[in-house]
Order: sequence, then structure tokens, then C-alpha cells
Amino acid sequence: MGNVPTTVKHCLSYEQLIQDYPWLRRWLLLEEKTITGHAYPKFVKIVEVGPRDGLQNEKEIVPTGVKIQLIDMLSGAGLPVIEATSFVSSKWVPQMADHSDVLRGIQRAPHVQYPVLTPNLQGFQDAVAAGATEVAVFGSASETFSKKNINCSIDESMLRFEEVINAARERQIPVRGYVSCALGCPHEGHIEPSKVAEVAKRLYEMGCYEISLGDTIGVGTPGSMFKMLQSVMKEVPTSALAVHCHDTYGQALPNILTALQGVNIAKVIEAGDFICSALCRETNSKVARAKGRTL
Amino acid sequence: MAAVLRLVNRGTLSSAMGQQYLTFSSAPKVQAVGVRAGQALPERVKIVEVGPRDGLQNEKTIVPTETKIHLIDMLSASGLPVIEATSFVSPKWVPQMADQVEVMKGISRIPGVSYPVLTPNLKGFQAAVKAGASEVAIFGAASELFSKKNINCSVDESLQRFNDVMKAAKEAGVPVRGYVSCVVGCPYEGKVAPEKVAYVAKRLYSMGCYEISLGDTIGVGTPGSMIEMLEAVSKEVPISALAVHCHDTYGQALANILVALQMGIGVVDSSVAGLGGCPYAQGASGNVATEDVVYMLHGLGIQTGVDLSKLMDAGAFICRTLNRKSNSKVAQAVCKL
Repeated sequence: MGNVPTTVKHCLSYEQLIQDYPWLRRWLLLEEKTITGHAYPKFVKIVEVGPRDGLQNEKEIVPTGVKIQLIDMLSGAGLPVIEATSFVSSKWVPQMADHSDVLRGIQRAPHVQYPVLTPNLQGFQDAVAAGATEVAVFGSASETFSKKNINCSIDESMLRFEEVINAARERQIPVRGYVSCALGCPHEGHIEPSKVAEVAKRLYEMGCYEISLGDTIGVGTPGSMFKMLQSVMKEVPTSALAVHCHDTYGQALPNILTALQGVNIAKVIEAGDFICSALCRETNSKVARAKGRTL
Repeated sequence: MAAVLRLVNRGTLSSAMGQQYLTFSSAPKVQAVGVRAGQALPERVKIVEVGPRDGLQNEKTIVPTETKIHLIDMLSASGLPVIEATSFVSPKWVPQMADQVEVMKGISRIPGVSYPVLTPNLKGFQAAVKAGASEVAIFGAASELFSKKNINCSVDESLQRFNDVMKAAKEAGVPVRGYVSCVVGCPYEGKVAPEKVAYVAKRLYSMGCYEISLGDTIGVGTPGSMIEMLEAVSKEVPISALAVHCHDTYGQALANILVALQMGIGVVDSSVAGLGGCPYAQGASGNVATEDVVYMLHGLGIQTGVDLSKLMDAGAFICRTLNRKSNSKVAQAVCKL
């Protein structure tokens, strides 16, 4: 600004003031904002779903010992929540047949949660018997997906979940709710944001402490993610929401970024290496591949 | 092993159903949706397709000339407005581009589509013009070490060399696009100062480049570092003259492109099928796939002029020829390799 006296410079340019006296930022209680005006959260809780949602969709049946070791390595990486297994009938999901052994076998790190899926009261009771301290229920924003996936309508599934949630409340066990097909359904196609909001609201009001909104087939893009979140945030507080983005069309990270506006990466990569060796397959993580951790 | 990645069980989806999902990506009636309230994204984005040059240059298999020509023709047919055709660099250094003249002469040029070529020096420029080039490109680096190791001279020396090309291009009325590499990180220096990127971008712009493409050469950028860099550069070069060339080595490309769009940048470089690996990270990917970029842009209601289906045909063609899987997730999802 040439030969303008310092004090005048500061009056004319707020940026100049902060540049010359960076410590003032704290005194002025300023939020660190980027040029685009976003204030990103300072901390993000990552819910690791690999051992359950991940392995459930792998063709090869993974030995119990391997599952336990994977979960222990993930605990070692500092992840705060690790979905351990699913108390669903082994007829339907053979990969999760060893649910009780897995839950009993893992080393539980303090301050880490190990939620398990409990689709019905039977599953819930088995989970509690095996030592579960947090459970999860799965709803769908699509009627057709609900019928094809769990053989009942959305309303019927909510009744089942209510039983689980009530039983969980009696034992003071927190319940996480999932809404699948939040951005699109393989059968119905486009899903109305208002429907997602309706299902999310029901799960929240029934007593789920957090609702994870899942783009089950990964068709979402930042625009549709934004619209859906806008709708849901009218019914459920933002602090109770999570996003579960699938990367089927490579859109997961921009979708997560849209949703956002102390994990030790090296350790997560080791855990990733381990399970990929066990499964004899390449990692889907680009970070791992870039760090030379292909199989 | 990210928490939110998983492959959809392919068995549940037929390829016909896969085609249906492309409709999620077309939102012609939707206005460009600001990702945050009050944030206006551009209504149109110009995609600069670098597959035939930057992509193929980093593929091990030497591709026959007719294949390159056919690829470029298919890309032209898909509606892409700019297709980087080849590079007039010495075939000693880049054997893949040895057929530069035949490619230039062999392609069917669509009116309104640009076919820029790389010209690292005056000799290359003259050969390019002789072969019919009507737009050229020059490359600077924001990292001194990268410049020395890549082209054997300092950043300032490289900009001096380009002076000759700029002068000749001005006389011939040929527009020049400038590239800056290592805008976020360098494989040798590590983190690159945003001010250095701004300096090089400004020099190229003042020399007469109509557009400056900012390249995250090793893909280490994340939205935060991208914004920091773009803030510095946009102080020296108008946003309308800037483009982003994001590599997907760490899976961050689309997120980085999104924040660039939020800052008002309207030009994105990408490579069909994500052609071109990263020479600095064995087994890693490099260029971001054009199909994935187009999917995101169309989903946001942003116009590109590109027909995603035809683009995917081009991607499928080159992957079959190279006998490799596509790096595009959209292509993989729709089961077209």
C-alpha cells in the first residue's frame, strides 16, 4: 500500500491487520474460513465399516482369526468406531456366521466403539449375550429395496426396529440407524429427498442416536447430496447425521466434502495391507496404492 | 482401507441397469446447484481432454498411429471442446509421440474443436505448425528441482526458452496454453510454496499464454492445499484464465476439482479412462478420468457439451487396445471395462 501510515493501513485493510498481527485472530474470535467461506469441522469421526459392511460383500469367506486381527489392527490405527460384525442369520450372510466368536475374540481398545448389526430382536439378544455394547439397525428410503433386501415394507421394518430399540433402551445400549438408498435405488431409480428425511426422522424419533445416510449404489453427486442433506437436516439435527458414500462412480470424496464443508494413516494402510493379503486382492484405496502398497 | 469404500456386488447389476445409472448423471433441467447456499458454480465447464497426449505418453505400450487417430476421432465425436493431440518433442525422449506428424495430419478435425499440441522449444513449434497445428502448449514447473531433473534447466531458464516459442506463436497467430506442474507438491522438493506457483503462472500469462493449467503432478493435493494455492495464483492471474489439472494418485482429484469450481474456475483437464499412470508412484493412478469428471459435472447440472455414452465408447476402445482396465469408476460401474 505504499507510504500509507501503518494505523491507517490497518483501518483500510482488515487482511493487512491480521497479516501484521496474526495473534489478533484469536482475540477477535475469528473462525478460520477459506476463501470460499466454508468452515470445515475441526474433527471428523470416522466410522470404519470394513470388517462388517466390507467383508460382507467379499466373495471369499474370511477366517475368524483374520477378522479379529483386522479389527485389532484398525483399533491400533486410532479409529474411534469399528463396525465389528452382524448378528444376522448365517443362512442369509454366511460371512458373518462367526459373529459371536469375533465379538468375543477382539481386543477392545478403551474409548473405541464396536457396534454390531442387529436386524431383529433375536439378533439383538444374541449380540448382547456375546458382549455387544452398541448396535445398529438398517432402514431403507426405498420400498422396493426394503422388500427385496429384507422381505418387508419400510413400515414393517420400522416395527421390527422399534422392538430392538426398546430392548436396547432398557439395557442402555446406544443404537445407530442406517438409511440405505439415500441418493438412488437399484430398483426404483431416483429417491425423493423428502422420503429419506421421513425415514431418518422415524429412526431418530424411535431413539437412534445417530443416522447414517447411505448412497448405497454410489450414484450421488455433490448436487444431489446437498439437496438430500438439506431435506434431512430439517428433521434431524446435523450433529446426529453421518454420511456413508459409496465410490461406485468415483464420487464418494466430493460427496463427503460436500457433507463436511486423529487417524494414523500409516497404521490404517498396514491394516489395509493385511486384509488385502488375506483376501489375495488389490486394495481399493488410492492412497495405499500410491504409497506402493499394491499386492 | 477407507471407511466408506466398497465395491457393489456386480452380480446384482446387469449392464443394462448400469446404463440406466447414467441418467443420474444428467440433470439438464436442473440449474447449477451451489453446493453451499449462495455459492454459485459455473454453468458451463470446458473440459480439456489430455488422454491422447498426457495419457498415452505415460502408458508403457506403444500405441499404433491409426489407433491414436481413431481414439482422437472418437473423442471428437463425443463433444469434447479441446483434445490435446500429440507432442512435438524429440522421439528420443518420448518414443510414444514419435508419430506426431502423422497423427496431426491423420485426425478428422471437427470445426469448433481445438487440438493443441505440446511444443517444448522453437524447433518443435516449427514442426508443429508445418504439420498443421493451430494451437500449442508449453510447460513450466513450480519446483526448481523438478525442472532441473525433468528438462535439465532451472525454472527461469525454461521460461527463457519459451520466449522464442511465444514470439513465433504470436507472429503466426497461434494461441499458446501454459502448464505449470508440481503446483501443490513435488516428488523431489516435497511441499511447493503457493507464491512460487503464482510467480510461474504470472510469468507464463504475461508472456502471452491465454490460459494457465495448474497441475497437481503427483496428486498429493487435497481441498485445503488446492484452495491455498488457487488463492495465491488468482491474485496474479484472472480466474477466467485458469484451469486445474488434478491427478488422482491419492483419490483426491474430484474433491480438488470441486473446490476449484467453487472458486470460479471453469476449465478442467482430464484423461479418458484415466489414461496415464504416475511415473513417481509405482502402480498408482495418475490423470483423473474424464468420465468421472463428466459424471460429477452433469450431476451438478453443469454443461460440458460432452455425450458421456460416446466418451465411454472411446474409453472402452483404448482400454481394449491397451489390454488394460479402465481407471474410470463410471466405466467400471457400467461394466464397460
